[in-house]
Amino acid sequence: MREIAIVSFAQRQEPAITSESEVEFMVPLMQQAKEAVGLRQQDMGFTCSGSSDFLAGQAFSFVMTIDGTGPVPPISESHVEQDGAWALYEAWVKLQCGDVDTAFVYSYGKSSPGSLRDVLATQMDPYYVAPLWPDAFSIEGLAARMLLESGKVSERQLAEIASRSREHASSNPHAVRNTPKSVEEILAEEFVADPLRPSDIPASADGGCAMVLAAGDRARELCDRPVWIRGIDHRIDSHTLGARDLTDAMSARIAAEKAGVGRDKIDFAELHAPFTTSEAVLTEALGLGDDVTINPSGGPLAAHTMMAAGHIRFGEAFERIARGDGDRAVVHATAGPVLQQNMVAVLEGE
Amino acid sequence: MSKERTAVVGVGQTKYASTRGDVSMAGLLREAAYRALEMAGMTWDDIDAVVMGKAPDFFEGVMMPEIYLAEALGCVGKPIMRVHTAGSVGGSTANVAASMVQSRVHETVLTIAWEKQSESNAMWALSLPQPFTTSVNAGAGGYFSPIMRRYMAMSNAPELIGCMVAFKDRQHALANPYAHLHQHDLTFDQVVESPMLWDPIRYSETCPSSDGACAMILTDEARGDAHDGPVAWIKGTAMRSESNSYGGRNMVSPAASEECANDVFAQAGIHDRRKEIDAVEMYVPFSWYEPMWLESLGFAEKGEGWRMVEDGSTAREGGDLPVNCSGGVLSSNAIGASGMIRFAEAALQVMGQAGDRQVDGCRTALGHAYGGGAQYFAMWIVASDK
Repeated sequence: MREIAIVSFAQRQEPAITSESEVEFMVPLMQQAKEAVGLRQQDMGFTCSGSSDFLAGQAFSFVMTIDGTGPVPPISESHVEQDGAWALYEAWVKLQCGDVDTAFVYSYGKSSPGSLRDVLATQMDPYYVAPLWPDAFSIEGLAARMLLESGKVSERQLAEIASRSREHASSNPHAVRNTPKSVEEILAEEFVADPLRPSDIPASADGGCAMVLAAGDRARELCDRPVWIRGIDHRIDSHTLGARDLTDAMSARIAAEKAGVGRDKIDFAELHAPFTTSEAVLTEALGLGDDVTINPSGGPLAAHTMMAAGHIRFGEAFERIARGDGDRAVVHATAGPVLQQNMVAVLEGE
Repeated sequence: MSKERTAVVGVGQTKYASTRGDVSMAGLLREAAYRALEMAGMTWDDIDAVVMGKAPDFFEGVMMPEIYLAEALGCVGKPIMRVHTAGSVGGSTANVAASMVQSRVHETVLTIAWEKQSESNAMWALSLPQPFTTSVNAGAGGYFSPIMRRYMAMSNAPELIGCMVAFKDRQHALANPYAHLHQHDLTFDQVVESPMLWDPIRYSETCPSSDGACAMILTDEARGDAHDGPVAWIKGTAMRSESNSYGGRNMVSPAASEECANDVFAQAGIHDRRKEIDAVEMYVPFSWYEPMWLESLGFAEKGEGWRMVEDGSTAREGGDLPVNCSGGVLSSNAIGASGMIRFAEAALQVMGQAGDRQVDGCRTALGHAYGGGAQYFAMWIVASDK
C-alpha cells in the first residue's frame, strides 16, 4: 500500500446559504484548499466529488459544480452520488493504483430548501417502505427506543452526549449549534420523535468542503505535517430495519477492524454521528474507550451538512492533527437510515 | 509500483425493454448479477466489493438506491460504492471497479449499472425548475442536433449518413437477444421516412428508453489466469471531464474526448488505432455520433468518418472496424447502464462470447461512453491476450 495523506482542507457550514448556488459557494473553498498547498487544478492527478441530486433538486446537478474546479483543459475526474467521504475513498484507490500522486476531493449539500427529514424517506425501500413516508427522525426514534430498552444507554447519557457536543462546538467557528445547554435543560426539552429531543438530532446545515490528497514524498513537499490515512474501509448493513440489530452497527464494527482501529492508541475520534444515539452505538462498535475524546469539533450534532458531513470529519481530524492537537484519530462517515452504511479510517500525523 | 493486471471473467445482462414490469429494481439487478456470477463460475462469497452506477436518482425517484439494494446485491457486510458521472456513468463505474482491483485494494469486484426508467418519468426528471439557472427543456436531441449540423457542414457528409448508421445498428440488434429493439421488418426507406424530431435527427435515428441492467465480474491476475473460461484482460482505462461551455470549445470533437482516447490507446500500447482495434462499442444515442466519434477517437481523419459508414467499414458483416455489433445505444438505452453495456460487449467480443453478434477473430476491443453536454468521457480497451 502506498502512503497517502491529507495535505489541505477548507470548509464552510451555515444554517442556510440562501443567496448563493452550490457552484458559487464551492469555488472559494476549492481555491482555498488548492492555494494552501500551492497547487492549481491542472496539478491534480485526479479529482472526485460527492453530492446528491435529490438535495439539489436537479438531475445531473454535479455537472454544474464541476465548472468550479476549472476543468479546462480537461481533467481526470469522477463523482459519487454519496457523501464526500466515498469520493475521498475513490481518490485514495486511484492514488493506490500508483499512476497519480495528487488528488482533489470536494463535496457539498444544501438541505435548507426542503425538509431533509422527509427527503430522506425517499432513500427507503421504494415498494414497501417509502410509500408510507417514514421520516428520518421517526425511524431514528424507533431505533433509539430499542437502544434505551436494551439497557445499553440511558436518556441521561444521551443528554450528556448532546451537552458535550455543544461544549466542544463552542470553539468551532463552523458549528451552527454551539450554545451551552446543561444535561438537565436537555432532558427538559420536548420530544421531536420520542425518545429523541431537539438536542439529540443533527444541526442541519448548508455547505461543503474541499481537500487535497497526496502520496508519499509528494505529500511531504506540499505541507509541514501531512496527515496519513493509515487504514480505511467501508461496509454496508441490511436495509431492512427488522433484519438487523439496530442497537449495534455491524458494518461499522467490520470497517473498524479492517481499518486497524484497535491496533494502537487513539487520541480522538471524529464520528459522523447525526444523532446522540448514533454516537452511543458507534463508540461501542468501534471499541473507543473512555480516554478517547469524541467529536472535538462538536460533530454532526453541532453542524450536519448532508453529503459533506462524513467528508468534513476527515477534514476536522486533519486540521487537529496538523496543528498538533493529537497524533492519531479515528474518522467515521455514514449513510442510510440508522447507520446502515459506515466508513472508518485511521489518521496519523507525520 | 505497477498496477495489478485485471481480468473480466463474467458478464451478465438483462433483456432490455421499455417496461420490465415482471421484476422490481432489486430483481432487475439480481438478474444481471446472477448471470455475471454464473459466467464467472462464482458465488456472492467470491465478491469482495460492489461498485454500482446509474444515472440521476430522479429517473426512478429513489435517493441513493444502493442503500435499498444492499441485500439484493449480496453486499451486506461488504463495501458498496455508487458512481454517477452523467451518461458516461456505466463506463466510469467499470473503470472505478477496475481501479479497485488494479490498486490491490480488492481481489474480485462485482460492478453493475442499471436504469429502470419505466418506474418514473425521465422527461420530468430532467426538467425540474431551478432557481439559479435557465432550463433549456429541449431534451438531449435538441441539445445535440446543432452540433451534428455543425459536423455535417464541416465534413460535407451526405444527408443520409445518419440513417445508414441507424439502419445498421438496428440490423445488428437482431443478432443480440438482449437488445430492446428487434425491428425485423424495418427497411432503410422507413428510417429515412420516419418523422424528423430534431433536424437532422429522425425518429428512427434516436435511442429508445429502456429498463435494464448490466453486470461484470472483475478479478486480479492470479484469478484471471486460473479462471476456467473466457477472460478479457483490461489493457487501459481512462476518464476525462471538461466544462460544458468555454471559449473555443470544440463541440464536434471535444478536447476531453481526444485526450481520453489518447490516454487509453497509449496505456494499451496501440499505435495504429484502426488496424489494431478489432471491434468498437461506442456510445451513439443519436445516429450522427458514429461518424463524429470515429473521427474524435482517431479511427478516421477529420471530416472523413462518414466515409467509413458509407462504405460499410463499421458493419459487422464485411467491415474492418465493426461498430456496435450489439445494436448499440440506438437499440437499447437503459441510460445508467448504457456505458457499461458498451464496456461489457467489448469484453464479450474479445472473450469470443458474443454469440450471433461475434466479430470473427476479435482480440482487442474498445468500450466507449460519454455524457453531460458531451463533456464526460470514459473508455476502456480489453484484449484476449494478457
